[in-house]
Amino acid sequence: MPDPVLSLSDLDARYGDFQALYGVTAHVEPGEVVAMIGANGAGKTTLMRSIAGLIRNAPEAIRWKGQAIGRLRADQVAALGIALVPEGRLLFPSLSVEENLVIGGQLKRPGPWNLSRVYDLFPILQERRNQQSTSLSGGQQQMVAIGRALMSNPELILMDEISLGLAPVIIKQIYEALPGIVGQGMSAIIVEQDIAKALSVSARVYCLQEGRISLEGRSDSVSRDAISRAYFGM
Amino acid sequence: MEWVNAVLQGTLLGGLYALFAAGLSLIFGVMRLVNIAHGDLIVLAAYLGLTIAVGLGIHPLLALAIVVPVMAALGYALQRGILNRTMGDDILPPLLVTFGLSVIIQNALLMGFSADPQKLQAGDLETASLTAGGLTIGVLPFLMFATSVAVIGGLQWMFYHTALGRAFRATSDRQDVAQLMGLNRAHVFGLAMALSLAVTGIAGVFLGIRTSFDPSIGGSRLIFGFEAVIIGGLGNLWGTLAGGVIIGIAQAVGGQIHPSLQLLAGHIVFLVILAVRPRGLFPKMEG
Ligand SMILES: Nc1ncnc2c1ncn2[C@@H]1O[C@H](COP(=O)(O)OP(=O)(O)OP(=O)(O)O)[C@@H](O)[C@H]1O
Ligand SMILES: [Mg+2]
Repeated sequence: MPDPVLSLSDLDARYGDFQALYGVTAHVEPGEVVAMIGANGAGKTTLMRSIAGLIRNAPEAIRWKGQAIGRLRADQVAALGIALVPEGRLLFPSLSVEENLVIGGQLKRPGPWNLSRVYDLFPILQERRNQQSTSLSGGQQQMVAIGRALMSNPELILMDEISLGLAPVIIKQIYEALPGIVGQGMSAIIVEQDIAKALSVSARVYCLQEGRISLEGRSDSVSRDAISRAYFGM
Repeated sequence: MEWVNAVLQGTLLGGLYALFAAGLSLIFGVMRLVNIAHGDLIVLAAYLGLTIAVGLGIHPLLALAIVVPVMAALGYALQRGILNRTMGDDILPPLLVTFGLSVIIQNALLMGFSADPQKLQAGDLETASLTAGGLTIGVLPFLMFATSVAVIGGLQWMFYHTALGRAFRATSDRQDVAQLMGLNRAHVFGLAMALSLAVTGIAGVFLGIRTSFDPSIGGSRLIFGFEAVIIGGLGNLWGTLAGGVIIGIAQAVGGQIHPSLQLLAGHIVFLVILAVRPRGLFPKMEG
């Protein structure tokens, strides 16, 4: 087994007095796609925000290629090559579509991704490049959010419910784009409510339940039973 | 002709008010910070200009070459050293801290320079004027107005056409997501305050050339600035210029009716506009 790029060990996260994550231990190998599933409120978004540096953690709880990064700010984490596609897309409303993409690349990390490659991936965005990002449809906004993350040429991309609120055809379209994104040495953690979808794109899967990892397995061999137990604790 | 002249003089004065307000508008737009010490920082810049102009024996406009970078550096240090610590969901702490800063600056100036009124001497430039079609324009007020328009135009251009402006807008939209793009919020805020105080440096030197000043006048400059910002629409720079000009004209026309009406007329126009359009004339930031 190669050394993991990302390893979480005994990660706790809190919002004030409320503890949202309890001793989460997990890892991602180079080039690997990992699915993170779990019921509403299980702590998936909290976990993504912790990795991305938006929630501060104990330094040793998160390691990136061996370096303890749990205490770093989000901008420092981004500079290391970790990008988050946040839940709810969270585009910049004052910025045009193209500016949203360009600002994603402002760290100028070297790599294959640039404006024209993002436009190749999602041609509709080129047509809409000068529009206000808020004037796009939900699916198009999600493409901008993904493109914005890719522009930083991350080594690990965190995707938090990219299918949330989108029509099935759009979801299909976005997921069809995934193999062109990962599998070029980029690792990914995909947070998804749609379990079948999550399993189909990933090599391994973790399930979160009330802030704890309740299941870890290979995506092609976990049983439906094991998943429903891990999901609902029954 | 008197009235046309009043409007003209008011417009020119309004440019200066817009300059007082531009820095205020900028930092409110980027970080929702209301800087109570802004007026006192203008006065501080005027004293800095005085010290440099007298100390080096140079023209006050030349002193700008030192005042502006010094004020910018002060702004960055102030933001990173003090104000960033007060920023959060609660708007009260930065208000209180900048209020405290206002008191500190006033008292420090009082200790350093006494309460005697001072003025920056701009020599022949102060009396030079242009006459055309029965109207007379002072060269200096015109120069100040042109500079104000240029500064505000420059800020507007920076906001919509540079990487720094993009960073400002993104941070203003969503601080946490901007952080995900690799923008360090503390640094971005520092740069915004640096720019704000650079503009304040120009405003302070212009103020000192135009009128006499003492350590206590910051508050009244702040009022004009606030009024210009609010009339124009919060965070809209061209709106701020329009707001400044409206107040300047109201004051000049009011003063034409009766000298005692000058300041009052400005405040009344402000209140009327606020009553009719509570969010200002041009509420949204537009490119
Ligand atoms: N800002 C916050 N302040 C306090 N509690 C929060 C905050 N954000 C989330 N929580 C709580 O933390 C827990 C985990 O929330 P989180 O958003 O991480 O879940 P999730 O798995 O992403 O859920 P969903 O599937 O609905 O997106 C929930 O109980 C939630 O109520
Ligand atoms: Mg979530």
